[in-house]
Amino acid sequence: MTDELVTIEVDGRELKAKPGTMLIDVTDAAGINIPRFCYHKKLSVSANCRMCLVEVEKVPKPLPACCTPVNEGMKVSTRSPMALGAQKGTMEFLLINHPLDCPICDQGGECELQDVAVGYGSDVSRYSEAKRVVPQRDIGPLIATDFTRCIHCTRCVRFGAEIAGVRELGATGRGEHMTIGTFVEKSVDSEMSGNVIDLCPVGSLTAKPSRYKARAWELTQHDSVAPHDSVGSNIHVHTRNNRVVRVHPKENESINEIWLSDRDRFSYEGLNSEDRLTQPMVRKNGEWQEVEWQEALEFAVKGLQSAAGSDGDQLATLVSANSTLEELYLAQKLTRGMDSGNIDHRLRQSDFRLDGNDSPVPGLGITIQGIESLDAALLVGSNVRKEQPIIAHRLRKAAKSGAKVSFINPLWIDLHFEADQFVSTPAVMVDNLASIAKAASAKLTGNLAKLVKAAEVSETAKSVAEQLKSANNGVIMLGNQAAAHPDYSLLVVLASAIAEATNTSLSYIPALSNSVGAALAGALPHRGPAASLVEKCGANAQMMQSKPRKAYLLMGAEPGFDFWDPSLINSALDQAECVVALTAYHSESLASCADVMLPIAGFAETSGTLVNAEGTWQSFNGLVKPQGDARPAWKVLRVLGNLLDIDGFDQNSSDDVLEELKSHAAETAIDNSVSTKTAGELNSSTEGLYRIGDVPMYASDALVRRASSLQRTNSAEPAAVRLSANQAKSSDVEEEETLVVVQDGNRAQLPLIIDPRVPDGAVWISSALPGTEKLGGQFGVVTLEKA
Amino acid sequence: MANEVCFRTLEYLKQPWELEEYKSRGGYEVLTHILKNKVGPSEVVETMKASGLRGRGGAGFPTGLKWSFISRNAPGQKYVVCNSDEGEPGTFKDRDILRYNPHQLIEGMVIAGYAIGATVGYNYIRGEFWEEYERFEAALEQARAAGFLGDNLLGSGFDFQLHSHLGGGAYVCGEETALLESIEGKKGQPRFKPPFPAHFGLYGRPTIINNTESLSSVPVILKEGGEWFKELGVENSGGSKLFSISGNINNPGVFEVPLGTPFSELFELVGGMKDGRKLKAVIPGGCSSPVIPGEQMMDLTMDYDAIQKAGSMLGSGAIVIIDDQQCMVKMLDRMSYFYHEESCGQCTPCREGTGWLWRVVNRIENGKGRQEDLDLLESVCGKIAGRTVCALGDAAAMPVRGMLKYFQEEFQYHIDHKRCMVGAGPTKGLG
Ligand SMILES: Cc1cc2nc3c(=O)[nH]c(=O)nc-3n(C[C@H](O)[C@H](O)[C@H](O)COP(=O)(O)O)c2cc1C
Ligand code: SF4
Ligand code: FES
Repeated sequence: MTDELVTIEVDGRELKAKPGTMLIDVTDAAGINIPRFCYHKKLSVSANCRMCLVEVEKVPKPLPACCTPVNEGMKVSTRSPMALGAQKGTMEFLLINHPLDCPICDQGGECELQDVAVGYGSDVSRYSEAKRVVPQRDIGPLIATDFTRCIHCTRCVRFGAEIAGVRELGATGRGEHMTIGTFVEKSVDSEMSGNVIDLCPVGSLTAKPSRYKARAWELTQHDSVAPHDSVGSNIHVHTRNNRVVRVHPKENESINEIWLSDRDRFSYEGLNSEDRLTQPMVRKNGEWQEVEWQEALEFAVKGLQSAAGSDGDQLATLVSANSTLEELYLAQKLTRGMDSGNIDHRLRQSDFRLDGNDSPVPGLGITIQGIESLDAALLVGSNVRKEQPIIAHRLRKAAKSGAKVSFINPLWIDLHFEADQFVSTPAVMVDNLASIAKAASAKLTGNLAKLVKAAEVSETAKSVAEQLKSANNGVIMLGNQAAAHPDYSLLVVLASAIAEATNTSLSYIPALSNSVGAALAGALPHRGPAASLVEKCGANAQMMQSKPRKAYLLMGAEPGFDFWDPSLINSALDQAECVVALTAYHSESLASCADVMLPIAGFAETSGTLVNAEGTWQSFNGLVKPQGDARPAWKVLRVLGNLLDIDGFDQNSSDDVLEELKSHAAETAIDNSVSTKTAGELNSSTEGLYRIGDVPMYASDALVRRASSLQRTNSAEPAAVRLSANQAKSSDVEEEETLVVVQDGNRAQLPLIIDPRVPDGAVWISSALPGTEKLGGQFGVVTLEKA
Repeated sequence: MANEVCFRTLEYLKQPWELEEYKSRGGYEVLTHILKNKVGPSEVVETMKASGLRGRGGAGFPTGLKWSFISRNAPGQKYVVCNSDEGEPGTFKDRDILRYNPHQLIEGMVIAGYAIGATVGYNYIRGEFWEEYERFEAALEQARAAGFLGDNLLGSGFDFQLHSHLGGGAYVCGEETALLESIEGKKGQPRFKPPFPAHFGLYGRPTIINNTESLSSVPVILKEGGEWFKELGVENSGGSKLFSISGNINNPGVFEVPLGTPFSELFELVGGMKDGRKLKAVIPGGCSSPVIPGEQMMDLTMDYDAIQKAGSMLGSGAIVIIDDQQCMVKMLDRMSYFYHEESCGQCTPCREGTGWLWRVVNRIENGKGRQEDLDLLESVCGKIAGRTVCALGDAAAMPVRGMLKYFQEEFQYHIDHKRCMVGAGPTKGLG
């Protein structure tokens, strides 16, 4: 097609457009409104609603603007008698079988059918027959259905086929009997399913968790950023009476487009959990007591000072990377102000051997949008679809336009695009990567050179190396399970060397909403703000636990659920003299080991900044008052700083904190360089049954763990021991049997599920789930006993 | 001057569906000639153009012109698809071709493939045509064994595979793009056009899709020449055509006669009305074409222009003869129910409108009609026609408009007297 534009005339206005563009896209761009239902800019054209009919000169029939390509000289009337007549005709047809139950419909007030009917509908119905009724269907805890209201636009169906990559909803039946539903009675389980709620122009698909909670016009809309994965999806938070009622996506083409993962959409429910800590609490003589802030803060300060006042190294600060940039910055400032270097946000990492030679600010290294134009990607240790659904969606687009995607993983994962998966036990993952390194002639030294030399080059390794080499735009991405791998340092160095040898780039998919921000803020033992190496390296997360300190400061993390090895952190905290926890929740896991619990604001309750995977800083305001007596964590840290007599704690707003950090780190970009070609010995082994402990999608942080509707979905499966059928046979255990898992002397009773996704030699026991909070590391040897 | 094209073998042979018998009447000679002498594909297309053959599936689009939209040398797979769905009520001619002359269809499809450079063809056969499907399958086997289908046909280097595909019993799957969706294994729903099948057809590849009768005419046209075929008929309506004629007549059936034959001659051919009934009206081109009063019909010739001038369509050539004892309201009730039931449901005017039409007609039929219903029917028709994805919407509206145009008094009678103007009084409608 040529670049030349054609000129058309719409309602007397001259417009220029590329030939072949659909008329509706041209009029939309020009701000001329043509009513529509089935058309959606992110979906394929189906041209079935017939609402967009317009008059085109010399054509005897009205034409649908959504599937009529423009050509030179075309003259269009969108409001001529013929066009209006056709539009009104369609409107009448759409309404004859519609229940018109707007007063009890959640879509009321924001319904496309209602809006268009105001302009094109008639006030009396000429239809006097009985209306169609469609039986109720339950498609799960997230989406409420009322298919009697359906206008058959098929947007939801196309969403499944084209965007989510799973055909969960379909149209069955002919003519008037056509209904939307799941083909067999089942729930809709895609990790992006909630988007059909936004796409549905009527109240046929609405949000179940917020159903009947408010009328659209009673809500106030605020901009914010989703607080879970590292995408930082832009959202609209809708509030009423100081409560978050629901969350919708906010369009941002370069980040989440118009989509939102279910986790980002429905996790707000966790805000109103009964578990919220609303009053400071201290433990006095072994009993928890609610106290005033003043007392709690003094208690905390006294505890910290007596345990670590004279020896800074006795203070260990462990923070969640879902905290804001401002909180993380103040936490490290406070820690370092107490003369301790012991601060870390890498709570799910166990191999820190690369520290110092590690990538200073690990992140994507490309833009989120740029993922779409990749032509090859090798993902190591990533279940990207569940962990970062929007990144997976972009990868899917790349794969659909021809990119070769491969995975090296410890588990088979369910994907919605074509990819090669190389699945093995964790130790063999390292070999597989070494094999690719060899096929790519990657340059390594020392230990890794030996490892690579010994590796056998498989056909698959050769083809992956070839794909990367021939790519113009290829990446090797390290995911959540790579970061948790006992040989993370080996994986990183191998990946970096392969990237160099194949002229592709090394990329990290950060796990949490502010993992990148944590590096910029200096929440690391070896790097301060702006990721500059510090002179005196502190203890990393692992060392802080294996060599217990006297005082601990925890922020946003629950010991049983947010750490690589719950048993290790628990025993460290048990031995401590003083544990101060900044937390939004009163959790069992904290109550059993902390001495002070300071209630902090949750998501949407505080202002702050998150830095996403591509390095974009996104700030937001506090939208609702923190519950009870909770306070934004940055304020709590500021007061603690004051009470501890540390200099530089006189910021008056989170903006002040941000400005201070910006003076160090505003120019600091993602930096994935790795400054070594070798690494230590292999930690993981092929001996014994090796545990693979991923973090399930709806267990990734304290907020989502308390989001009740998400917890009722099929994706929120309870803890279990999963083995391949082969492995179960050789371990002499049977499906549904209850087993005792023994890991480093810790025991947990869990049911056995036979799961073909697990490689032989491994056992899949997810972490972060009730039942696993007393077990050991996410990866490591376990034994199974009969209960 | 009858039975020269699709039925040319009928009266000479005992089992015309057998390969050997077909060959004994010159079957596969044209194909053999084309392949052996490497007749230029464009020559084939030109002959088809010259023949004036218009698609026999209903729309009457010139077949040669359709073929010429496909560039033979364009790279990639192309397809020839035959539409043997024959769902239009009143039509039963393609069934006879499948039954009695399947080899001529096969020969026509191979030639079509040769002309446009397609190496694969499908014949989509109506779901209820089980016996015809089996017979066609048997013919395919014979043709394969004889080297008329398969690789390197008669040593020419041209390959052509032909498969039959049994439908699932949906009228809408006779619409060409719904048919393609159905072959692809999807729900039979029409696609919006453009793009047309010639550009984006089966599996997204260039495809010609023609009716069984159109494709079966091909070998004869190429044998006798385009001009010869054209001369059989009249201006704008080349060739002879199969008419499926039904009703209370003495000799219903399928007849091949030249286009332009006066209806009165056809009426004689079928032996006139049975049991002394009188001719009241005729549906000239399948249910979807508007009805024409009998006396007017008697003055018309059976060709595209004449029927169109009279406000109807030649369509698929299904002539439904209606006698004076039939209640038009009841007839329309039946027909409207058909379209309502067969609408695929994707586009709003057809999904909602066909149900509305039928309910109103059914109400009138059952003595519950209201005076305003007649205007309502007209208005609903106006909101369906020309606004749907495929022509099923038009097909649903046209018979209603036709009936109201010529037989409004019967509807009025039903509303006023709550019973039929003719026949035995109120009858139970459907539903
Ligand atoms: C609702 C509907 C049903 C149709 N059914 C048939 C059919 O049964 N057989 C057929 O040949 N054409 C049928 N057609 C016409 C086809 O869409 C198409 O025009 C035809 O197959 C083209 O072949 P031709 O050019 O040889 O006539 C139908 C069209 C519509 C809209
Ligand atoms: S006109 Fe009827 S049959 Fe044709 S596409 Fe529309 S709903 Fe389907
Ligand atoms: S928006 Fe064009 S037909 Fe639906």
